[in-house]
Amino acid sequence: MKQTNTFSKQSGNLIFNFFKHHLGIFIMILVLSALLSVRTPVFLTSNNLLTVLRQISHNMFLALGMTMVIVLGGIDLSVGALVAMTGTMTVGFIVLQGMPIWLGVILGLVIGTLCGLINGTIIAFFKFPAFIVTLATMNIVRGAAYLYCGGKTTRIVDEAFVGIGTGALGPIPYPVIYMIILIAVFSFLLNRTKLGTYIYAIGGNREAARLSGVPIKSVEIAVFTITGFLASFAGIVLAARMYSGQPSVGDGNEMNAIAACVLGGISMSGGVGSVGGTILGVILIGIINNGLNLLNVSSYWQLVAKGVIILFAVMVDWVKRNRHSSIN
Amino acid sequence: MNRIILQMSHIEKRFAGVYALKNIDFQLVLGEVHALLGGNGAGKSTLIKVLGGVHRPDSGTITINGELVEIHHVQDAQRLKIGIIHQEIMLVPQLTVAENIFLGREPSGSMGILNKGTLFSRAKEMLQQLELDIDPYAKVESLTIAQQQLVEIVKAISFDAKILVMDEPTSSLEANEVNILFSTIERLKKQKVSIIYISHKMDEIFKISDRVTVIRDGTYVGMRTTSQTNTDELVSMMVGQKIESFYTRNNKPSDREVLRVEGLTKKGVFENISFSVNKGEVLGFAGLVGAGRSEIMLTVFGADHFDSGHIFLEGEPVTFQSPQQAIRKGVAMVPEERKKQGLVLNNTVAFNLTLPAIRSMAKNLVIDRKRFHDEVRNYIDRLNIVTPSSRQIMLNLSGGNQQKVVVAKWLATKPKLLILDEPTKGIDVGAKKEIYTMIDELSGLGLAIIMISSEMPEVINMCDRVCIVREGRIAARIDKDEISQNTIMHYATGGLS
Repeated sequence: MKQTNTFSKQSGNLIFNFFKHHLGIFIMILVLSALLSVRTPVFLTSNNLLTVLRQISHNMFLALGMTMVIVLGGIDLSVGALVAMTGTMTVGFIVLQGMPIWLGVILGLVIGTLCGLINGTIIAFFKFPAFIVTLATMNIVRGAAYLYCGGKTTRIVDEAFVGIGTGALGPIPYPVIYMIILIAVFSFLLNRTKLGTYIYAIGGNREAARLSGVPIKSVEIAVFTITGFLASFAGIVLAARMYSGQPSVGDGNEMNAIAACVLGGISMSGGVGSVGGTILGVILIGIINNGLNLLNVSSYWQLVAKGVIILFAVMVDWVKRNRHSSIN
Repeated sequence: MNRIILQMSHIEKRFAGVYALKNIDFQLVLGEVHALLGGNGAGKSTLIKVLGGVHRPDSGTITINGELVEIHHVQDAQRLKIGIIHQEIMLVPQLTVAENIFLGREPSGSMGILNKGTLFSRAKEMLQQLELDIDPYAKVESLTIAQQQLVEIVKAISFDAKILVMDEPTSSLEANEVNILFSTIERLKKQKVSIIYISHKMDEIFKISDRVTVIRDGTYVGMRTTSQTNTDELVSMMVGQKIESFYTRNNKPSDREVLRVEGLTKKGVFENISFSVNKGEVLGFAGLVGAGRSEIMLTVFGADHFDSGHIFLEGEPVTFQSPQQAIRKGVAMVPEERKKQGLVLNNTVAFNLTLPAIRSMAKNLVIDRKRFHDEVRNYIDRLNIVTPSSRQIMLNLSGGNQQKVVVAKWLATKPKLLILDEPTKGIDVGAKKEIYTMIDELSGLGLAIIMISSEMPEVINMCDRVCIVREGRIAARIDKDEISQNTIMHYATGGLS
């Protein structure tokens, strides 16, 4: 056998392949960063970069869950609404109901996770399309957020709670630390665990997975439940950063998460994608938002710009893929 | 003698240099039912596609009513009044019978406004002409399969078809529905429609056809007048006599039973299926495509439910609710459709090789990387899977190597029973030989093996015993020394014993 690949050589290939695979988005990130650092001196300061990291952490929490869901071959539209509901309820539990902070936070996480569990259970057992099920729960959950607080914002000033989102370890904001931990956990989960293998198998070929003994229902339930947990965690951190529980936040968050996944090369038809790709997607969207803010572009134009950049990045991949397949 | 309506002479068709059709002759006279007979892959469908304008022949001529014609497109076939009814029903289920019959040719006035009245009255007229009791206003999805098939016929006739091709029209019909179809065919004959009837069910051929043309391996074998031939002659024409000699079968079965199935029934699919297989034995399941063999095995494997019957694994009664449970008890199955059911094509060789056994490679949910890589290396070497690396995407492997991966992935689960559904379908001769050698080795290691196969030579050379399935029932069980192409074909096509 002439296969003498050592592990280090293999992982070297992996990194190279990763670059090659995500060439389009790498170029986008580099070009944008270069442009921004020329146009505004602020962009490349460590302060601003930490701000970018803190800003993207929210989308990262959601996009990590979305990565699993999309690789599984599904979609979860309810995460934005879940952000709002868990934020509002957690703050409400603490401020209005007078619960201790730890209890409020845990209850918030439990409720959000339960919503994910319900999504997953309905999808797994009734075999309804995830798009429809989560579209429905999105509306229900958003409604519940408004109903819970009568549509009003609840302010919270308790340092211990607010610290969850605003604190920092040295110069590094807590949300950035959460983000790093969660990236590590989810890379591991998708690459090194049984669950991860099953997610790729179901997304790649559901029937082959079933005939290979993959417990499809359990995996679907687990994935949507974990996504619910991530969304509620994101909701609590966001509420802490905003010193308030607001039922209107998180609108369109699911779309940002999906956009990050798509930019990161995750196939909407399932089975293909990696956490690494999602990270790049989240970073690109983060830089676009931050840069356009620094350049004082109006938020309306920001939306247009974001859409154009998403289309452009997807087209780069499309061109690459078509050239590739015409060679084969 | 009747007027010759269609004459296909010396038709040849190659795909990538390989002959699919070689010097085929076929003749159809006015108002006859001419059966086209041949085994799986004999070239029946290719010939029909040449007639229907799907494939262009490389050489040969086609004359219709004595005139030389070229059929390059499906539209040409329609213009020449050739109607083809495919095995799969191609109607739009949500539309009505009448709408389906005239789909794409709806009678309409100026500005494209549909004339619904004419549409339905014309459909009704056509249905009455063939004495069919079908409501033109009914949605196609509300009809039985047989009725849908009849609508397909009416649709073909509505093009004023003079030559009608029916590709295994009875494959999904019940016995009484077949009778309705046959009386419709009789009526069509009276209206001077000539019919090419493709089937490999002997009883049907003798019942409905006037003449039979047999083809084998893409070549013309012969033509007979149905009333002057018999099942035996047709079967030996279909089968030919050449048997390849690359089979390995050295190991002998033991008498310790691994699996016993008693009276397994799934209504409308298979009925009263009983068989057993021993350690080290290769049990063949022969029969025609669509006889229900795959369905039986998918049920044994827990991928499908059954209505009644019992399954015993090593003497213990079992009911598998899912493949997952079957796998835990040591049952493995290589499904028929490699790409659809066997592989995650967009993932790697290593991923696919380890998928069913990943459970045993994980400690506390976390995969043991060393074991993972060791197992992958082990099976790539052992089955001689040709791939540049274990990280290669499955899609880029050849069919034979893909198939080896599908087999290898099960070996890691250490099964007691291995079910192989058409294990050599669509793979090259070299890979076939390797698969046969491996089957023999595995049986030597004490696995019980069930092999569904439509390839006669491999059944004859590899199996210790054979169950022949016909229309959802086991038509015969044959021991090793009695296995021959003729006996198998005889029972599979429903000839009398």
